[in-house]
Amino acid sequence: MDELKNKVRELLGSGTVKVFIGYTTGTAGTKRALFAEKPEDAEGLVFDSSCIQNLAVYVTKQEVKEKGMMGISATLPVMRSLVQLARENQVSDSGIKVIGITPESRLIDFGNLSEVEKYIHQFQLEIDQKNRDMLEKLDKMTVSERWQFWLKELEPCFKCYACRAACPMCYCHRCTVEYNQPQWIPVPSHASGNLQWHIMRAVHLVGRCIDCDACANACPLAIPFNLLNKRMIEDARKHFGGYQPVLSGDHLMSTFKPDDKENFIR
Amino acid sequence: MNIEKRFIRKDSLKKLFDALVAKNKVVYAPVTRNGKTSFRIVNDFSLISGDYIQTTQSSKEVTFPRTEKILDFEKNKDGIGVKPVDIQPVHESVIWGIRPCDAVGKGELGAIFNWDSKDEIFNARVAKTTLISFSCSRADEYCFCTSVGGNPGNTEGSDILLTLAGEGGDYLAEIITEKGGAVMAAAPELFEKDPGIEKDKYLASLPARFSHTEIRNKLDKFFESEEWARQSLRCIGCGACAYVCPTCACFDIQDESHGKSGSRVRCWDSCGFSLFTLHTSGHNPREVQSQRWRQRIMHKFSYMPERLSVYGCTGCGRCSRGCPVDMNLLEHLISIQEVTV
Amino acid sequence: MAEFEPKIVAFVCNWCTYAGADLTGTSRIKYASNVRIIRFPCTGRIDYMLLIKAFDEGADGIIVSGCHPNDCHYTSGNFHARRRWIMFRDLCNLMGIDMQRIKFSWVSAAEGAKWAEVVNSTVTDIRALGPYEEYRRILNHHSKEVTNG
Repeated sequence: MDELKNKVRELLGSGTVKVFIGYTTGTAGTKRALFAEKPEDAEGLVFDSSCIQNLAVYVTKQEVKEKGMMGISATLPVMRSLVQLARENQVSDSGIKVIGITPESRLIDFGNLSEVEKYIHQFQLEIDQKNRDMLEKLDKMTVSERWQFWLKELEPCFKCYACRAACPMCYCHRCTVEYNQPQWIPVPSHASGNLQWHIMRAVHLVGRCIDCDACANACPLAIPFNLLNKRMIEDARKHFGGYQPVLSGDHLMSTFKPDDKENFIR
Repeated sequence: MNIEKRFIRKDSLKKLFDALVAKNKVVYAPVTRNGKTSFRIVNDFSLISGDYIQTTQSSKEVTFPRTEKILDFEKNKDGIGVKPVDIQPVHESVIWGIRPCDAVGKGELGAIFNWDSKDEIFNARVAKTTLISFSCSRADEYCFCTSVGGNPGNTEGSDILLTLAGEGGDYLAEIITEKGGAVMAAAPELFEKDPGIEKDKYLASLPARFSHTEIRNKLDKFFESEEWARQSLRCIGCGACAYVCPTCACFDIQDESHGKSGSRVRCWDSCGFSLFTLHTSGHNPREVQSQRWRQRIMHKFSYMPERLSVYGCTGCGRCSRGCPVDMNLLEHLISIQEVTV
Repeated sequence: MAEFEPKIVAFVCNWCTYAGADLTGTSRIKYASNVRIIRFPCTGRIDYMLLIKAFDEGADGIIVSGCHPNDCHYTSGNFHARRRWIMFRDLCNLMGIDMQRIKFSWVSAAEGAKWAEVVNSTVTDIRALGPYEEYRRILNHHSKEVTNG
């Protein structure tokens, strides 16, 4: 990815960007975040299809922000996260410079977040076939069977909150679960605590999740709770025509339509 | 007690497992689910995973459960009644298939839970737990037990250590403690005479990657280093490393009540969480991740050796394998060793 | 043996359903006494998790009721609530939470009779479903063993 390295060297060298967030090779060939601050740091930058961590999680991290103007190499999920974060006032053009990477590994030097928004709107937010099949399989089960399925799947969860930590949308300085007056979500890892945590996280992400799978990839126990988020994305399409991150205007749960379908309210 | 050496044939291994189950022991063994291997209660030998270098989580769950009731309380006409938890029902347990680094970790946990006051619940569980460990014939790039005073065939902390002696599937069995002796006594016909197996031949070769004494000495002068901020920049502050670690013992106390009664519960916590040290006043002495990362390393490699005379790390490498952002502990320790203070 | 009396929790808005329930009483309409009413200023204030909390505390069934669309005292609270419920119902259904146990309705301040009917039919339905044992089984008020196995 020489083009990216050159671009980053230029951005850092000219002082346009004070810290550039990209990917580098870590242990055993895995990829992890790189924070380039001097032009020579750019040498460590890599990019390939195994670069799946959502780097947007770092743009709300205090220790990164306070270095000054940020730059970031952004695949489609990262771009979507950035636009959503901008809508929620967590990042803006004055804080970030985005270098996009297309699925064909072509670089796009975005001038501002509006251009990023325009780019991402070319693509629908859609769940992949494998997960759609899994959700269909769940739909065919009885209510009881689904209940047992989730109790079994969530049982290993030990509440490490890696899912929360890896999600760019979970930027709350103090999460709901970290308040104890009242203790809204039980802290310990047990059946009802785990259930409530995952339901609550799915609910807080309705209309905001962009299906990057950072949460499920971060889980040390490979628990597929991202199925809940994917169902919410499918539902948003079914009931409201789907959603996209936007820089301004309404988003899914901040608005309503007077004729929202309601076949379950008597 | 001197270590006794015996020989267990391939076929006898399952028989030993079955004998333990038959004697109503609760046996925890590695089981793979969703590609991750953890210790679960197993009755059926065929469910045990064999093909792993290290499990995803440690087996500390057995003696230090992730959620554990410590007392019950109830509001009654005389005020509040408090009932401590009854430790009698704790089962006789066997942890089957842990690695030497894990077994050593039991000692570290024991040191923490008996440091200034004796944790009765923890000790009761330990007293009822027998460890049947398996030596390591393979290691991966995350392992570093030899750098912290351990080795792939370490007997410390185990009750019985089994070493796979070659392709045949037979095992060298080292009976290390009285508990191990009790297991042997339960099925003596399975423990045959040792034909003189050279254990070292079958152990993984793992050169030490850093000197823990050097690290410890360096850390004393390292508190204000900028290395901490540099190393921790990508850390996202989850609890994965603490939770999978065999020696991490931090816990939170939660009161869970409904109506007039409830229980006080102890559950795992992590010093990596941003609000771990938040005071009621609002002050947080470890406000940024670099302070928390520094604390983690200092606690394991400096404070614990100083106060408890044990290292807080057994080199199992789980923290690095489980970390979502590859905060490879081994890599960080090597870089600490290399930095001039 | 006594017949099972379901515990129903009703989350209602102050201006419509609560007033409607008042009217049921002043009209001397008899209806089932299984409901515990929780009064909110508006259905828009009802947090998703409160419904789960109701089950957590031992409810067998839940009623959520508010002003008819376009009649909300705060103009649009019930519209926001409705959109939330549309998404939340599907999530709960996916999780295997028995959605037959959660009833939604619009009951205005003039619909005393409707409120009685909503309560009575809910109680009948929940009585037939039985106590929410599946949920209660996972409650840990007095758990003692390691969550493992």
